[in-house]
Amino acid sequence: MVDIYDELIKTDIRHITVRHEQGAVHAADGYTRASGKVGVCLVTSGPGATNTVSGIASAYMDSIPIVVLTGQVPTGLIGNDAFQEVDIVGITRPCTKHNYLVKRVEDLGKTLKEAFYVARSGRPGPVLVDLPKDVVKAATTYRPIKLVHLRSYNPTYEPNFRQIPKAAALIKEAERPMILTGGGAILSNASEAVRRLAWKIQAPVASTLMGMGAFPGSDPLWLGMIGMHGTYRANMSSATCDLLIAVGVRFSDRVTGKVEKFAPNAKIIHIDIDPTSIRKNIPVSIPIVGDCRLTLEKLNAFLETEELGDPGGVRRPWLDQIREWKATKTLKYVQNEVIKPQYVVEKLCEITNGDAIVATEVGQNQMWAAQYYRFDRPNCFITSGGLGCMGFGFPAAIGAQVAFPDRLVVDIAGDGSIQMNIQEMATAMQYGLPVKIIVLNNSCLGMVRQWQELFYDRRYAHTEMEATPDFVRLAEAYGAVGLRAVRPEDVEPVLKKGLSHPGLVIMDFVVEKEECVYPMVPAGAPITDMLLV
Amino acid sequence: MANEKDKRHILSMLVDNQPGVLSRVAGFFSSRGFNIDSLCVSETHDPLISRITLVAMGDMAVLEQIKKQLNKLINVIKVLDFTDVDYVERETALVKLRARPEHRAEILRMTGIFRSRVVDVGSDFYTVEITGDEGKINAFLKLVKNMGIKEVARTGLVALAREKK
Ligand SMILES: Cc1ncc(C[n+]2csc(CCOP(=O)(O)OP(=O)(O)O)c2C)c(N)n1
Repeated sequence: MVDIYDELIKTDIRHITVRHEQGAVHAADGYTRASGKVGVCLVTSGPGATNTVSGIASAYMDSIPIVVLTGQVPTGLIGNDAFQEVDIVGITRPCTKHNYLVKRVEDLGKTLKEAFYVARSGRPGPVLVDLPKDVVKAATTYRPIKLVHLRSYNPTYEPNFRQIPKAAALIKEAERPMILTGGGAILSNASEAVRRLAWKIQAPVASTLMGMGAFPGSDPLWLGMIGMHGTYRANMSSATCDLLIAVGVRFSDRVTGKVEKFAPNAKIIHIDIDPTSIRKNIPVSIPIVGDCRLTLEKLNAFLETEELGDPGGVRRPWLDQIREWKATKTLKYVQNEVIKPQYVVEKLCEITNGDAIVATEVGQNQMWAAQYYRFDRPNCFITSGGLGCMGFGFPAAIGAQVAFPDRLVVDIAGDGSIQMNIQEMATAMQYGLPVKIIVLNNSCLGMVRQWQELFYDRRYAHTEMEATPDFVRLAEAYGAVGLRAVRPEDVEPVLKKGLSHPGLVIMDFVVEKEECVYPMVPAGAPITDMLLV
Repeated sequence: MANEKDKRHILSMLVDNQPGVLSRVAGFFSSRGFNIDSLCVSETHDPLISRITLVAMGDMAVLEQIKKQLNKLINVIKVLDFTDVDYVERETALVKLRARPEHRAEILRMTGIFRSRVVDVGSDFYTVEITGDEGKINAFLKLVKNMGIKEVARTGLVALAREKK
C-alpha cells in the first residue's frame, strides 16, 4: 500500500485517513448514499482487509456501489501464510457483488475500470480489488479503456414493453391501489416518477426503511414506513389494498412479516432491476425487470395515453379509509419529566426543517429516526438497513459530510452503537468535518432490551450498559464540543446550540430507558398484528 | 412422479475459465444447504470458457432462485437446466474389483454385458472402466457389489441437450 500512497500524494485525489478500516468502508458507503457517486477506500493487507468485512457486507445488503482496494502480499507469496496474508477475495466472495485478485500489472487498468462499472451498473453493490504488492510496484503503460464489455453481464434497464400495458390494465381496474418504495427507488432516482404516478392514479405511498425519502414525507398521500415498526396506516393499507405497486423493494422479512399473510388481497406489480428479487419471497402478478425510474417513466407515459376516468373519485372510499386510519395516531409518546427519545428526534426535525442529512446507528435510535424525522428528499436518510450494522452511522455521516461539506449532517445514535466507531471522532476533527452526533442515551442496548421486555418476560440479560464514558468530556478530549440534556426543557436549547456550532459536536440526551419503539409487529407475525402504545 | 421437493436437477453452465469461478458457483448451493451430488468442470472448445455440469437434488422453487442467482454472477455466461428438456447424459466410472479366481470369469462376462472393459489387471484386483448414464453405472455397481468393490472413482455426469431430429 505504501507504493500506492507514494503515488497518491502526487495526485489531486481527495484522501481521508480514518482510524479504523471499518470506518473507512462505512464512510465510503455514506459518501455514496448521500451523493450517488462511487466511494472508494484503500486498506492494507491482512488485518486491514479483514476489518473491512462488516462494512462491505452492509453495503452489499443495501446494494451500495463502493470500491474497496485491499493490499495483498506479493504474488509469489500468496498461499504461503505470509505475514499479513489473508484470502480476502475468498472471505468476501459472498458479500461483494464481485471481486478480483489482480495478478499482472497489465491487467490492473482494465480491472479497475471494470470494478467501477460492475459496482454502479445493474443492481449496484460493493466490489473489491485485491492488489498484490509486486503488481502495484511494477510499471506498465496505461491504455485508457472507454467501454467495458462483459460477455456474461448485461443488466436489463429497459423494461419489457409488453409488461407496461399489463401493469396499466391492473392499475385501471384497481379500487385500492398502493405504492411501496424501497432502496431501489432511491438508487435509480425514481422519486419524481413515483410522485407523478401516485398523484396520477391517487395511490397512497408507503416505504421500506431503505426507501425513506423516495416519496415526500409531507405529501398528503404519504403513509409512512411499512413493516415491523411501520405506521398503523401503512401496515393496514398493505393488508387491504387490491393492488400493490412495489418499486425497488426486495420484500425482506422485516417488511412482510408472515409472508403468507402479506398483502393477501392484492395483485402485485413488482418492478426491480434484479430478476432474483422478483418472486423470491412474494408471488407477483406482473413482474417487470428493469430500472425503476425508466420503468415508471414508461408506465407514466403509457397512462398519459389511457382513459383513467376520475381516479380521485373512484378511490374516494379508499382514501377516506386511509384518512380514518391516519386519525388513529400510533406514533405517539408522552413527554413527562424524563426526556423521550422520540421528542428529541421530533424537535430535531422541527429545528432543521427536515433538511438535514440523517445517518443513524442501529436499534431503537434508527427506528425513531425513521419514524419521527420527516424525509422529503431522497439520499438524506443513511442507514444500514439489510445488515443492521451497529457502528455504521457515524463514519457514514463523515462520508456524507465529505460529499456535502456545507450541509447539516447528523448521526442519530444509541449509546451502544456510537461506541463501535467512536474513534472516528479524530478523523472528523482532523479534516474539519462538522458532523453532529445525537446520542439517545438510554444506558442500555435499547432494542435488545425492548425484545427482552416484550418477549422474554423482562429478563434483561446483559443489556445494561454501565461505565459508558461521559460523552461531553469525551468530545472535549477529542477537541470537539460536548453538550448534555437531562431535562425535557434542555432538549431544544441543546439542539439549537449544538446544531449551530460550526464543528464536530456530541449532544448527549439522557433519555427514558424503558421506552419502546411502537408500533411493533412480533417477528414472524402478520404486519397487521401490531403492538401499539 | 417423485415429490416435487426431491427432484433431481442437472444444470449445465458455461463460465469464464478463471480461478474462483467454481467457488462462487458452489457457494450458492452450500449457502442454501443444497448438496451437490456430482460436479464436473472442464474447458470447452473455447479455452476461455469452461463447462460446469452439476447434479443436485432439491426443492424446485429454491433451485429456480439459485439459477437466477447463478445467472447474475459476473463470470457465468449461461445456465441451462436439463430438468425438463431432452438431453443425453454420460458418466464414466473406474471400478476396482476384488478378482478372486472363482470370480474372474464372472467379472469378464459382466464387463461384456455392460459394454465396459478391464483397463488394469493386478494379482488380486481388476479395474473396470464403464461408461453410460447414471442408471447403467448404478446397475453395474449393484451387480458386482458381492464380489467386493475396493474403490470407485466416478467422473460425475456430463450432459448436452439433444438437437432436433
Ligand atoms: C454490530 C452489531 N452487533 C450487534 C447487533 C445487535 N443489536 C441490534 S440493536 C442492538 C442494541 C443497540 O443499542 P444502542 O446502540 O444503544 O441503541 P438503542 O437500541 O438503545 O437505540 C444490538 C446489540 C447489531 N445490530 N450490530
